[in-house]
Amino acid sequence: MKLDTAGMESAAPVWGSHNELVDGFSAAPSFELPNTTDFDGFQKEAIQMVKPAKGTTTLAFIFKEGVMVAADSRASMGGYISSQSVKKIIEINPYMLGTMAGGAADCQFWHRNLGIKCRLHELANKRRISVTGASKLLANILYSYRGMGLSVGTMIAGWDETGPGLYYVDNEGGRLKGMRFSVGSGSPYAYGVLDNGYRYDMSVEEAAELARRAIYHATFRDGASGGVASVYYVGPNGWKKLSGDDVGELHYRYYPVMPSTVEQEMVEVTGA
Amino acid sequence: MPKEQANWSPYDNNGGSCVAVAGADYCVIAADTRMSTGYNILTRDYSKICKLADKCVMASSGFQADVKALQKHLAARHLIYQHQHNKQMSCPAMAQLLSNTLYYKRFFPYYSFNVLGGLDNEGKGCVFTYDAVGSYEKVGYSCQGSGSTLIMPFLDNQLKSPSPLLLPAQDAVTPLAEAEAIDLIKTVFASASERDIYTGDKLEIVVINADGIRREYMDLRKD
Repeated sequence: MKLDTAGMESAAPVWGSHNELVDGFSAAPSFELPNTTDFDGFQKEAIQMVKPAKGTTTLAFIFKEGVMVAADSRASMGGYISSQSVKKIIEINPYMLGTMAGGAADCQFWHRNLGIKCRLHELANKRRISVTGASKLLANILYSYRGMGLSVGTMIAGWDETGPGLYYVDNEGGRLKGMRFSVGSGSPYAYGVLDNGYRYDMSVEEAAELARRAIYHATFRDGASGGVASVYYVGPNGWKKLSGDDVGELHYRYYPVMPSTVEQEMVEVTGA
Repeated sequence: MPKEQANWSPYDNNGGSCVAVAGADYCVIAADTRMSTGYNILTRDYSKICKLADKCVMASSGFQADVKALQKHLAARHLIYQHQHNKQMSCPAMAQLLSNTLYYKRFFPYYSFNVLGGLDNEGKGCVFTYDAVGSYEKVGYSCQGSGSTLIMPFLDNQLKSPSPLLLPAQDAVTPLAEAEAIDLIKTVFASASERDIYTGDKLEIVVINADGIRREYMDLRKD
């Protein structure tokens, strides 16, 4: 019996290049390229002009109970803060998270694309994709766009059959498996706090507090990081958002203002 | 022989500012109507606002030729959607379509800085703000364009809404009434026109609420 699949076809291929994402998910989407001899120079100028949002602090670490993922929420375009409420922890699917560092559009788009690929894998193979597999998919895509100016520094964190998984993937196509990572302009500060306080056998609350403090300290010292410190936990039942705190308020929570004794009171001067 | 650089750029900046503010049951989108190139004014009467769907309106500043192309592309995709699904696209759906459309030109970007405003499926106001290559987020208010650095701090001061990332979650839309929001926008553009040479002439305001879409105009400084 020949099934009539005409009704199931997606958007009519009127513009070939734009609809390749819809028709062929297995292949990477094809992009229109400028008609110029100097591709790199053009990209350099174009990026100057569009000024994508960058500057960030993200971190993730594996501990006894699972994976802890945290990030700030500031997006800066040069010296201008373009947003204080960017979602830098992207929910790929209910048991996998991705963090965003580098170009906001690049990270958002490729994580969304990765989520689609993971879902297709589930449908094709009747089982969830592993963290290893998902990070490899992303790394291979980014490798194929190597040298074209994408800016992506992401961590893929999740829980699969082998337990907690954490990978670092970047726009060079690099992919590293590890226990602790921090990415972004604020990462040196976050590493300082994170490496100092890390123990494998922490409870979920202790790990969350460590992650929160690390992000807070990075936002304190790094001008390109700030906003809201979000902390997510990935466990055997998937991810759960634990907290979202404004870093300004965290400051006064960690370092409350103590009324101090004054040695010499200032006297009001009357007249002029 | 000294190296020669290409003097021709495919891009130009036509200036102007756009603002959008979301309320509990309305959304206000506004943009000035001045179109300039360099120090010249090309026209005082150019609309930067485009209705993409019944409850979804986009305002864009930047290079208006790219904006026009982008609007046409989105309108065409919306028509296809309507043929296939027998309904209008919702604002959040259009928001993601715009993001993908912008990212497809990642290596030859649309020089277009957009704000999308409308009502979501529950009738609540929503505003989405974009960068030129498609990164987007849902916010309570936003501005783009040449006057954005002047306008944004003022909006932050008057409308500062709690971040959608806070836990426990708090509402991002402004508690202001529709008339107050429109008044605020008029004030904002009047101020921006004082200090930004690319903003002025006339202000076009589009208001979307349960009754539909309506348009208002206000004169701005013409110098």
